[in-house]
Amino acid sequence: MTTIDRLVGAGIDRIDGPAKVRGTAPYAFEHDPGEPIAHLAVVQSTVNNGRVTGIDASAAEAMSGVLVVLTPENAPRLVGELSSDLPVLQSHDVHYSGQIVAAVVAETSEIAKAAAAVVDVEYDAQPPDVVLTADRDDLYAPEQVMAGFATDSVIGDVGSALAAAAVTVDATYETPTEHNNPIEMHTSMARWDGDSLTLWDANQGPHTIVRDLATGFGLEPAQVRVISPYVGGAFGSKAFAHPNQILAAMAARVVRRTVVFELTRRQMFSLVGHRTPTIQRLRLGADADGRLTALSHEVVEHTSTISEFAEQTATCTRVLYAGANRRTTHRLGRLDVPPPTIMRAPGETPGMFALESAMDELAVALGIDPVELRIRNEPSQDPERNVPWSSRHLVECLRTGAERFGWAGRDLRPRMRTEGRWLIGTGVAAATYPTRRRKAECRISVDGRGHHVVEIDGSDIGTGAWTTLSQIAADALGVGMDAVELRIGDSRLPFAGGAGGSTGLASWGSAIVLTARELRRRIDDEYGGQVPADGVVVDGGVDGASPHAETHSMHAFGAHFVEVRVDQDTGEVRVPRATSVYDAGTIVNAKTARSQFLGGFSMGVSMALHEETLVDPRLGHYVNHDLAGYHIATNADIGELDISWLDEPDELANELGLKGIGEIGITGAAAAVANAYWHATGLRIRDLPITPDKYFRELGLA
Amino acid sequence: MREFRYERADDVDGAVALLAGNPSGAFLGGGTNLVDLMKLGVATPDLLVDVRELTSAEVTDLPDGGLRIGAAVPNADLAADARVRERFPVLSQALLAGASGQLRNRATTGGNLLQRTRCGYFTDITVPCNKREPGSGCGALGGPHRNHAILGQTLEGPGTCIATHPSDMAVALAALDAVVRVTGPDGEREVPMADLHRLPGDDPSRDTTLRHGELITAVDAPALGFPSRYRKVRDRASFAFALVSVAAAVRVDDGVVADVRLALGGVAHKPWRARVAEDALRGQPATEAAFTAAADAELAAVAPLRDNGFKVPLARNLVVRTLLDLAEGSR
Repeated sequence: MTTIDRLVGAGIDRIDGPAKVRGTAPYAFEHDPGEPIAHLAVVQSTVNNGRVTGIDASAAEAMSGVLVVLTPENAPRLVGELSSDLPVLQSHDVHYSGQIVAAVVAETSEIAKAAAAVVDVEYDAQPPDVVLTADRDDLYAPEQVMAGFATDSVIGDVGSALAAAAVTVDATYETPTEHNNPIEMHTSMARWDGDSLTLWDANQGPHTIVRDLATGFGLEPAQVRVISPYVGGAFGSKAFAHPNQILAAMAARVVRRTVVFELTRRQMFSLVGHRTPTIQRLRLGADADGRLTALSHEVVEHTSTISEFAEQTATCTRVLYAGANRRTTHRLGRLDVPPPTIMRAPGETPGMFALESAMDELAVALGIDPVELRIRNEPSQDPERNVPWSSRHLVECLRTGAERFGWAGRDLRPRMRTEGRWLIGTGVAAATYPTRRRKAECRISVDGRGHHVVEIDGSDIGTGAWTTLSQIAADALGVGMDAVELRIGDSRLPFAGGAGGSTGLASWGSAIVLTARELRRRIDDEYGGQVPADGVVVDGGVDGASPHAETHSMHAFGAHFVEVRVDQDTGEVRVPRATSVYDAGTIVNAKTARSQFLGGFSMGVSMALHEETLVDPRLGHYVNHDLAGYHIATNADIGELDISWLDEPDELANELGLKGIGEIGITGAAAAVANAYWHATGLRIRDLPITPDKYFRELGLA
Repeated sequence: MREFRYERADDVDGAVALLAGNPSGAFLGGGTNLVDLMKLGVATPDLLVDVRELTSAEVTDLPDGGLRIGAAVPNADLAADARVRERFPVLSQALLAGASGQLRNRATTGGNLLQRTRCGYFTDITVPCNKREPGSGCGALGGPHRNHAILGQTLEGPGTCIATHPSDMAVALAALDAVVRVTGPDGEREVPMADLHRLPGDDPSRDTTLRHGELITAVDAPALGFPSRYRKVRDRASFAFALVSVAAAVRVDDGVVADVRLALGGVAHKPWRARVAEDALRGQPATEAAFTAAADAELAAVAPLRDNGFKVPLARNLVVRTLLDLAEGSR
């Protein structure tokens, strides 16, 4: 029997779309636990570094409808050892502003919040240490950076190569603290039945959450069930457990009732992570023809005092361009800030802003077209691992994008085009993101009538996984989508890693393909091609990385072309149009893929122009901790986006030839905007976001 | 949120009487700002008197060609009113530059004038703010304050405050010489827009000159008769408060500025009527040089802070460009 490849690639509507539009797709808060729900609200620290010396909860406890006030004094002790900020209420020590120091459980959320507001907490506190600088004397090198990368890499002699280079760039780029703000705030609803725990929860992978709950409460994983069929956005903030899951479970056990904890928007800024700020020094050296001879990328970023999150910011510089002499480093400062975490393409997002801005500056210094400069530095193999690419079509992305955008004939000089009071410029940047596959298990059963049930603990965090996995399953089983019933988002289902690192379809999809293949083989071999009346069940999956991952370098690539307009009176910035072309292997669903690329790029525009969490250096708190103060691009900020991809499956990456598309769109996007801004104005903004005040700063007027 | 009583009255006098007897009560209009502040614990009224159906939701003609705007007119309706669009483009443009479609449907004319600053220290009860908690200090002065005031701040003492007034509509009404009609415990009175809002002085807790229990019933916009325009610069294309905005109207006769109105938003604790610039311009040629000189004269009083010095050239450019655009249009 041959696979009929008819659904993968098609632009099929989301199968969960109608339920979401009607509001019937249950999010974490909306499940029926089968009993009345109690509500939890938290009291958060107003200091960054110190100790709780006293808590007076008497006023809260006296309020009608309050069930319990949990404090470090009376909170149940967790059993197993949890890290970072997961040991909620286990100590009087305070490590960041916003840390949970008490929690109220009450009959309604209003009562819980009102009671939390009258809990009186006293602290013994030190001044906050919350400002990252490159000249701190306590910066340190972590043992490794995230995703298992080496902290530093050194090849050749960068210093000598820079000294000998015909042209050099030496510039420092800064990206601010940023916060994930998915529409659905983190929510956990916990119910205990004896020693078994059920948690309806907003996360990126139920099995990941089970692990920490089982550890914390001393349970076997089978005693914990996490249910998360629909998740309203995540971007990395729901990849790992945060205090909400632990606290909801703890409180439910105390009050012997279902307890729900839904974060407020403001709590999204302290309890569920952020993207570290970065200070990145880029030094590039090239010969007169623009061939890179030296690349140095030195990163300074922060982590918290209670966890080490070492963002792999410079790793993009290890793969993107050729060059004989190379160095990348990462140094961390431990600050009194909440634990940083994943935010869409951690590493590549801030790193590519710096690298691709520096490449633009090099192109300017050389007088070479920035597209041409990138093409001249295309490496024939991975320049640091010295292994071949599984597939790499960056040059084709650049050339196709240039064609689609109308790049030809662009004046290399800045500030040459105006329209009314608008200064107009165009910019380019490359995109890249690693291609990986993780362990995933799958069970497929078919009954005598040909109805298939596909079970895997994958997650749809808004990506379209409900639809794309159904397409993959239908093709792999050789049936229509109506013969496939997909089950995801439940830890009772076969194990899968979470939605993260753009690995979802690579891992879950491969598991489904291999399991379906085994099912069909068994039906053919054991049942003569006919499903028996009582059906067949097959367990399968993938063990982890592609067998070719050691021998090949696997990455998605892309190119962004952006037009920027800057009002010469006001410094207002607009992005009226952009073209992005991606080399992302097989595209499973043309419609949901376009949405992923569009969303990723838009988040990059948002990073370039808007997003910045402001910290008060004296009080230690995040000042603009709501969506009025923390600006995200609006629809009006996003112009016409021309999105396309190359039809180039990566046969070595996984069973489907796909590379993952959740994160590639944001990488490089901010640099493309900043490069176009320079072309429009002649002003190089190296610290994001590019707000109107910086226009006047660069003009020397403020 | 703290518990509170909710009451409705039969008429304006009844509502005023209800509130006059309750020093910590508040009127409830569209609730788009007050309810948020209550959720945050910033506003803690123990009584809300719902006035949404007590004042007019109509825009009516005044004999001189002006308009009377009922206090309950939603921002969206006011922006869309054909007479407003024709006679006072500056007002319609200002309304449409503010908030979102949903909020404009809900927000009222009276409530828009009385919205509170969005300073992040005012809206966070865990940090100091003299406006929210007199005597606690001004958190913003030593913290990030890129979008705070450059004019008329109080920079020392217990009244220290660098907040800005957030309304766009109020800036347009200030330029239009609008008059706010108020009913209070002592009867009715009229307050010129320029006198409605106040600078922080030694008491930033008070945004306006209204007395407790006074209810805005209508706003009168007198006839203008020459072109007007609102221009707002913000950090993104939509749904953000002004960095700097300008409401301007200018009549040019034979190349000379015959009359001019100018107000700035985003620069002070109140809509900033730029009378110095207006006085400097009347009778002057309608040229970029004259407009620049007038803007500079107005901005001579600025006290830029560490983070917001950019507002000075921004305000200057915005005034000059808006006046030039208007003057071009009226030639």
